[in-house]
Amino acid sequence: MTTSPPPARKLHRTRFASSYRFWLLGIPLALFIAFIVYMFAYLFRNGLGVISWRFLTEPPLKGMTEGGIWPCIVGTILVTFVSLIFSVPVGVCSAIYLSEYAPANFLTRVIRSSIRSLAGVPSIVYGLFGVALFVSAMKLGLSILASGLTLGLMNLPWIIATAEEAINAIPGSFREGALALGTTKWEAIRHNVLPYAFPGILTGILLAVARTMGETAPILFTGVTYYTKQLPSSLSSKFMALPYHLFTLSTQHDQMMKVRPLAFGTAIVLLVFVLAFDGVAFAFRLRTSSSNKWQV
Amino acid sequence: MISKIEVNRKETLTKDGRRGRIEVEKLNLWFGDNHVLKDVTFDIPPNAVTAIMGPSGCGKSTLLRTINRMNDLILGTRVTGDIRIDGESIFQDSTDVIELRKRVGMVFQKPNPFPKSIFDNIAFGPRIHRMGGHSDIQQRVERALHHANLWDEVKDRLDDNAFSLSGGQQQRLCTARCLSVEPEIVLLDEPASALDPHSTAKLEELIRQLKQDYTVVIVTHNMQQAARVSDWCAFLMLGEMVEFGRTEQVFTKPRDPRTEDFLTGKFG
Repeated sequence: MTTSPPPARKLHRTRFASSYRFWLLGIPLALFIAFIVYMFAYLFRNGLGVISWRFLTEPPLKGMTEGGIWPCIVGTILVTFVSLIFSVPVGVCSAIYLSEYAPANFLTRVIRSSIRSLAGVPSIVYGLFGVALFVSAMKLGLSILASGLTLGLMNLPWIIATAEEAINAIPGSFREGALALGTTKWEAIRHNVLPYAFPGILTGILLAVARTMGETAPILFTGVTYYTKQLPSSLSSKFMALPYHLFTLSTQHDQMMKVRPLAFGTAIVLLVFVLAFDGVAFAFRLRTSSSNKWQV
Repeated sequence: MISKIEVNRKETLTKDGRRGRIEVEKLNLWFGDNHVLKDVTFDIPPNAVTAIMGPSGCGKSTLLRTINRMNDLILGTRVTGDIRIDGESIFQDSTDVIELRKRVGMVFQKPNPFPKSIFDNIAFGPRIHRMGGHSDIQQRVERALHHANLWDEVKDRLDDNAFSLSGGQQQRLCTARCLSVEPEIVLLDEPASALDPHSTAKLEELIRQLKQDYTVVIVTHNMQQAARVSDWCAFLMLGEMVEFGRTEQVFTKPRDPRTEDFLTGKFG
């Protein structure tokens, strides 16, 4: 009696099982991408026409029915800059303290999770707080400074959280190796932790910048104005800003339909700013993660 | 580039006479409630290799890390008893831990080069401690690399990232880094456990050379390695010093039955 050969093992089989899962998971993603593409196309079709050198460099003219958005660009850049001057040093120092010096106890855990929760507080709440603290209590008035500090406060939890994460990602052996050579704790951190955490910290800051530029609520009560003739002359000036200008043009203007293209143009400029910072952060992360050989 | 200088190890690195004697006396150590080291007493002689061996979790790495007070970094560590280096206690209030760690260098279990160039890895310590200008640092780097038997392999690529080296080379780089700040004592914490046999052989050769100039203490769970490299041998079990003596004696005529059981492989 001969035994029959074992059945040939199938290397090919119908791909139906995997293909329907592919579609099941792929279609939502495709829909999402289509939506984004449509949004961009819509925005650009309606707004690209008004974008010109003059649109970028002129103030709004004739009751904001003509002219450009130069004061808004300046205001947005200035207020973002003020927020960073406040939030970057405070945020990075806090992150270093939390990850390297804070004792591992209940209080530290409470502080850490509070910071995480603060990052999720709606921005309008920061706006209200900014009015109470900076505008009224500290008597800064409606100004770039008050708005910048409010935005900085809003940024702070995000910057602390991302910087702490970046610092924690540095292997403990770098610290230990330095300490074993007789460095102080600070020398070990300064020379053997921060330089390698820097790309991660910077990425967090860039993303914070992108978010700050588009925020309307925190500046709404603290210093932004719908129209000024002059560019801000000092930190105590009121200012115009891109997101608020967009809000004004699209909902507050008495000739709303006439200025619609200007609103779309403003939206494009704001979007380009935000995406530029996101893009720089992305490129930066890409570059450093490929050159960090210790990140295995 | 660094000029090629003839290096005379004896002249450049030998400490004045025989320094680096370590006396451990009734050392007890707790991590929280965990009593890790129990009444450990022994003398580590200078210019010799002393191996500390024992089964996993017996406290041998902890004992080693007590000598340069790296355990200070772990929260809830408590120590009684004393460790003296050349007669001076390292647990006094006035002890300068920074100075102690310069005198007592350490090589870790896993090679831990910094993500810098080979040169900058070695120059890290001397630069932080401001041990001279640029040319002094260059000489120190070259000397340390010679001393760690690594110079010939890396002299043409000092600017390469240290991660481009093989595991064995990385461990010798870490040894060179430790030597660059001129310690008297070199602690090695299972330095070969992540290495292949060939790299291990090269590292062991280096360890045997180091004793000319340094007091060498090596922790290992590998008793063949202890037999190959050490002059003195300590056997630690559950935090207790079971046996300490000349390596030949411990391996051929152990006094304690537990040592014999360990050496014959009854547990490990």
